Amino acid sequence: MKKRTHLGILSAVLAVGMALAGCGGGGSSSGGGGSEPASSSGGESSASSGGSGQAASGGTLEKILIATQTPLSGQQSNVGDSLKTGAEYALKLQQDEFKKMGFDLQLFPQDDQADPKQGVTNAEMLVSNPDVLGVVGHYNTGVSIPASAKYDSASLAMISPGSTGVQLTEEGRKAVHRICARDDQQGPKGAKYAMEKLGVKSVFFIHDKTAYGQGLADQAKATFEKGGVQVLGYDGITQGEKDYSAVLNQAVSKKPDMIYFGGIYPEGGILAKQARDKGFEGYFMGGDGLDSPELIKIAGAAAEGILYTSITGDISGTDDGKKWQEDYKAAMGKNAENYSVYGFDAMNVMLDGLKRAIEANGGKKPTREQVLEAVHSTKDFQGKFIKVTFDEKGDNEYADVFIWKVNNGKAEYVERVE
Amino acid sequence: MLSMLPQVLIDGLTLGFMYAVVALGYTMVYGILEFINFAHGEIFMVGAFVGTEVLLITDSLGALEGMNPFVAFLITLIISMAITGLLGITIERVAYRPLRNAPRLVPLISAIGVSFLLQDLVRFTEAIARNAFILNGPQLFTGKFDLGFAQIPSKSIVIIVIAIAMMVGLSLFISKSKWGIAMRAVSQDQSTASLMTINVDKVIMLTFLIGSSLGGATGVLFAQNYGSIDPFIGFILGMKAFTAAVLGGIGNIKGAMFGGVVIGLVESLAGAYMGQLTNGAFGAEYKDVIAFSILILVLLFKPEGLFGEAVKEKV
Repeated sequence: MKKRTHLGILSAVLAVGMALAGCGGGGSSSGGGGSEPASSSGGESSASSGGSGQAASGGTLEKILIATQTPLSGQQSNVGDSLKTGAEYALKLQQDEFKKMGFDLQLFPQDDQADPKQGVTNAEMLVSNPDVLGVVGHYNTGVSIPASAKYDSASLAMISPGSTGVQLTEEGRKAVHRICARDDQQGPKGAKYAMEKLGVKSVFFIHDKTAYGQGLADQAKATFEKGGVQVLGYDGITQGEKDYSAVLNQAVSKKPDMIYFGGIYPEGGILAKQARDKGFEGYFMGGDGLDSPELIKIAGAAAEGILYTSITGDISGTDDGKKWQEDYKAAMGKNAENYSVYGFDAMNVMLDGLKRAIEANGGKKPTREQVLEAVHSTKDFQGKFIKVTFDEKGDNEYADVFIWKVNNGKAEYVERVE
Repeated sequence: MLSMLPQVLIDGLTLGFMYAVVALGYTMVYGILEFINFAHGEIFMVGAFVGTEVLLITDSLGALEGMNPFVAFLITLIISMAITGLLGITIERVAYRPLRNAPRLVPLISAIGVSFLLQDLVRFTEAIARNAFILNGPQLFTGKFDLGFAQIPSKSIVIIVIAIAMMVGLSLFISKSKWGIAMRAVSQDQSTASLMTINVDKVIMLTFLIGSSLGGATGVLFAQNYGSIDPFIGFILGMKAFTAAVLGGIGNIKGAMFGGVVIGLVESLAGAYMGQLTNGAFGAEYKDVIAFSILILVLLFKPEGLFGEAVKEKV
């Protein structure tokens, strides 16, 4: 008996452990049930409240889910949450409009944990749910690519707000779209800025061995080489480690004008900090993966002067942008980060496509193919901050690249690179 | 090329001593229970968080300003060791002791469950308390000794000195004290030891207390060295420390220390020189490949590990 209780405790501990570990997956299903108040007060009919929208009486709304797929847990959850909250805000603003058309529009947020395996598992789940008509995600190129194969097989439209890796849209999948710039725009433009405006003559490259990080470093490297800049080294690091002294000893001892890092902010912050600790005095530059306030928290004083290219421009620079930020904070209870804009406008593009698909279908719930067709044909759509026209591959023809620099503990907008 | 060698060695030693102390926790538990406590990496992580929180809280109270950094550091170290030591005992009592007679795979699975539990508990509490789970703690030792050919950060010296002190202390404890002798007896034969009036349960608890508090202390050292910690630091470092323990011969304390330093040095040297020696064909990203290849080679020719002969003297 005693043994049994012990086993009971243990299995409870294990169960809690597993549940906590796995809860990123499906923990947050949108509470769609609440929006279907039973119109009749008869006790018998309300007992069958399991199915959604099956009682086809005049007043019921048809359910449409738009999923987000971003890292909501793990190291990159800061960016993932900004993207999701931005998308949620955009959806909230249009919910009433869809209600008038007879649809109950809900967000269906998923946590891909920045992990390709989890992203694909979630994608399979989304594909098998017939109410899901579109996906806003993912953030990581390395996750977007395998998951997009699932979406493509089900003709489920996907709009990535932040996957900049070149390969994503080169795979030729119709379901794939992105509103951000590609790394073969971002890397070269960053390199161009470094050569023309900073006069950099020698560079040491570090990347995080992911599709995004290495791709970006390769793109920047090609441009630097073309411009006659000396490449002093090219090395990879492992995501999640904290000790990069091995690579940095090599990099710092060669005294490059610039260390260019292809990767994301948790590693970027530590690299910058350890490089400065070792007496590195040149420029430190990266891509949009560094674009997070966490970068400055991690690197501390060493963040000063870090440069990065970003796909997001200056939102607080205009009165309109400032007002949007205030409204956003009032509605969502969180500050609008740079990436919120991308979540916001990716959702706007998706909902615009959805609306056109509904119209084309005579006001009825469209099929996934119809939504995909409408999203794919998006042309000159003006989002809040980003203008979108998808080309044949699903890239945005209007995507821009901007330079940001950390100054006095804050990221400051420098300029748009032509 | 050789000019950076001293720097590389110092970085490698700092890293290696941290691996060594964490490896001790793996090897002690293995020596006594013949089971690998995979939650040990997470105990290390909890230690890092406790230490950083203690420093952050004293800092926010304004008490850290005038305090001698060594005093502040020692207090942090002691609090962190006490909490992780208790945590280790609790884990043993709740998750391992009921399974002591179960097949060996069962406590292993239990250990993996505990390690998920700890990761997510820390993640949730930090996310609720500070709205971010990547913590950046105050650095107590920011000075540097410039030797001309290399710069030794004072924190590296503190880390190496404390790690050596802990290892020497542990060796003395195990070889000289009454409890240490009891631990060695239990590791050789539990049932005979219990006939000699040794309280086996207590000895096992003591093993977890010591191993976990050493792990927690290393967490504090780690947080001081790198400044930035997250709930997932235990995984990679735990893997490397476990490798170090196996390299030295798991169950053997000297082996764990030696293995840790070797892995740290190999990583640092490979990271710095691989690219140049192979003319860029293999860069620093292969440093772990080298470290693990050495492990495979050692295991092929000496499966019991480098110090494996002393099987009888495990713990």
